[in-house]
Amino acid sequence: MRAAYLLKRFGLLLVVVWTAATLNFFLPRLTPRNPIRERIVQMAVSGGYLEQGIEQMVKAYEAKFGLDQPLWKQYFRYLGDMARLDLGYSLTAFPKTVMELIGEVVAWSIGIALATLLLSFSIGSLLGALIAWPKSPKFLQYLVAPLMAVSSVPAYIFGLVLIYFLAFRARLFPMSGGFTLGTVPDGSFAFYMDVLKHAILPAISVILVSLGGWALGMRGMMVTVEGEDYMILAEAKGLKSRRIFFRYAMRNALLPQITGLGLSLGYLVTGQILVESLFGFPGIGALLNRSIFVYDYNAVLGITFMLILSIGVVTLILDLIYPLLDPRIRTGRKVR
Amino acid sequence: MRFFRYLRRNKRLAAGIAILTFLFLFATLGRLIAPPARAYPLAVPANKPPSLEYPFGTDSQGRDLLATIVMGTYLTVRIGVLAGIIGLAVGTFLGFTAAYYGGALDTIVRWAVDVLLTVPGLLVLVVIAALIQRTLNPTSLSLVLALLAWMGPTRTVRSQVLSLRERAFVRIAQLSGEGNLEIIFRELFPNLLPYLGASLVGSVTGAIFASLGLEQLGLGAMREPTLGMTIYWVQYYGAFIRGLWWWILEPVAVIVLIFMGLFFLSAGLDEFANPRVRRVA
Repeated sequence: MRAAYLLKRFGLLLVVVWTAATLNFFLPRLTPRNPIRERIVQMAVSGGYLEQGIEQMVKAYEAKFGLDQPLWKQYFRYLGDMARLDLGYSLTAFPKTVMELIGEVVAWSIGIALATLLLSFSIGSLLGALIAWPKSPKFLQYLVAPLMAVSSVPAYIFGLVLIYFLAFRARLFPMSGGFTLGTVPDGSFAFYMDVLKHAILPAISVILVSLGGWALGMRGMMVTVEGEDYMILAEAKGLKSRRIFFRYAMRNALLPQITGLGLSLGYLVTGQILVESLFGFPGIGALLNRSIFVYDYNAVLGITFMLILSIGVVTLILDLIYPLLDPRIRTGRKVR
Repeated sequence: MRFFRYLRRNKRLAAGIAILTFLFLFATLGRLIAPPARAYPLAVPANKPPSLEYPFGTDSQGRDLLATIVMGTYLTVRIGVLAGIIGLAVGTFLGFTAAYYGGALDTIVRWAVDVLLTVPGLLVLVVIAALIQRTLNPTSLSLVLALLAWMGPTRTVRSQVLSLRERAFVRIAQLSGEGNLEIIFRELFPNLLPYLGASLVGSVTGAIFASLGLEQLGLGAMREPTLGMTIYWVQYYGAFIRGLWWWILEPVAVIVLIFMGLFFLSAGLDEFANPRVRRVA
């Protein structure tokens, strides 16, 4: 049972990645545009137009890049490239490959993603647990609707409001970028403080919209846990309610939240991409935005492929470690 | 009358309908005050704060922002509704046939939905939209969005049909000699309507969400005053540094209203569809 589940789960990841690679290969070929001809004509125009020979040149270059091969041969070569994570060159930052471009910015994105995830997860879960706890103040109940409503709005919309009021009006935070222009990324304390200051507004906009999801998931689980027998026993034993809340209720309700993380991962990543591009935060989102702006199509394809791949891998890892964390869930059990 | 009495109990549905009606009136009646022609560049003097003549102010390209936002609300909602309806239609068809006939078709549909739901839709849309970047207009944008708007409805419809199919009334219909099509349209379909409504709201919300995201990344109809493009130009022309607050906050307010309206509508429809989970979800 266990092996079958593993195999099926791994197969799903492979199919996802294969679908992404296949779309990346065939979609550009559906358009009638020929990048080589466009480039040669462009050069010919800038150097004084010469009609003759362009067709031959296009043919010659197509042979050079293997574009004269039958489609299926090109397709398998492309799949091979993708399997080795060879995403090719960036069209606008030429000597650099797309992988190098991603490598330059990936640390920024992962850093801010981990920070926002950790914060929104812990604050949201605690909030949800408190909302469901019978002994907590009544006003918390009224938070449910606003929390849900807020999480239905895209994160960068809040980013716009935050930039205007906190960065432009109150001048509390910088408006954009990842660090102050002119500072040297030397790893000193002052530099990290500067980075932190730049990261706060993008982080808050992401946290604000993801709180609701965590809080509601947690509330649902807490309500279930509160009906369990061991809760009544804990109370009957006369344990302090603080201890019951943290050790008995929250601890048991927290685990299924990890499933929620797996489900919302793609959503979180796209949300962060848009926020990064709004704030000009030097991560993957800003890179994607810039690549679109300068028509660097190869980079756009490479970045989206890498994002889909990494989301797939992280979801797989989460799915696999979940049964290890929670012995009650056995992968063999049939869940519909 | 009974409808209004029901609305008094279902506050969320009432709130959703109220907000969306307000937006509808704004987008339709607004045209009478602000002619759509003023929503395009160089129609009015640039960078004017709100005044009697231009109640919403004007932007750096010389658009009247009242006209821009009236048009933007209409265009953006139209993009979402068109994509959502196509998605719902395709999803209903696939969900019905997959669940009702089962077999290999069901397996294929289920895998396709599972795979595509794991892939973050916006990223796929970015690839497609970047390809046709120069020819994007509101209609082609909504067709692109429709490509990924059918999985949610497919999944909902499929699971509902699977559970309905086993109910007694369907069995009786089968025994009394109703054909497949008759069962689908006379027995199953009416029972599905509330779910279809909730699904439609869901896919419209998703499509509007994605359209705004694409436009914010610069993958939109550059010449049309949609809400997402308005936000794009806000960033492009550095409205923040220049303190043009009206240009920033007005589209933001309308976008927030659209999402709130859709959220309350779907929460209300959920309550309408299954009153038992009322106040729990």
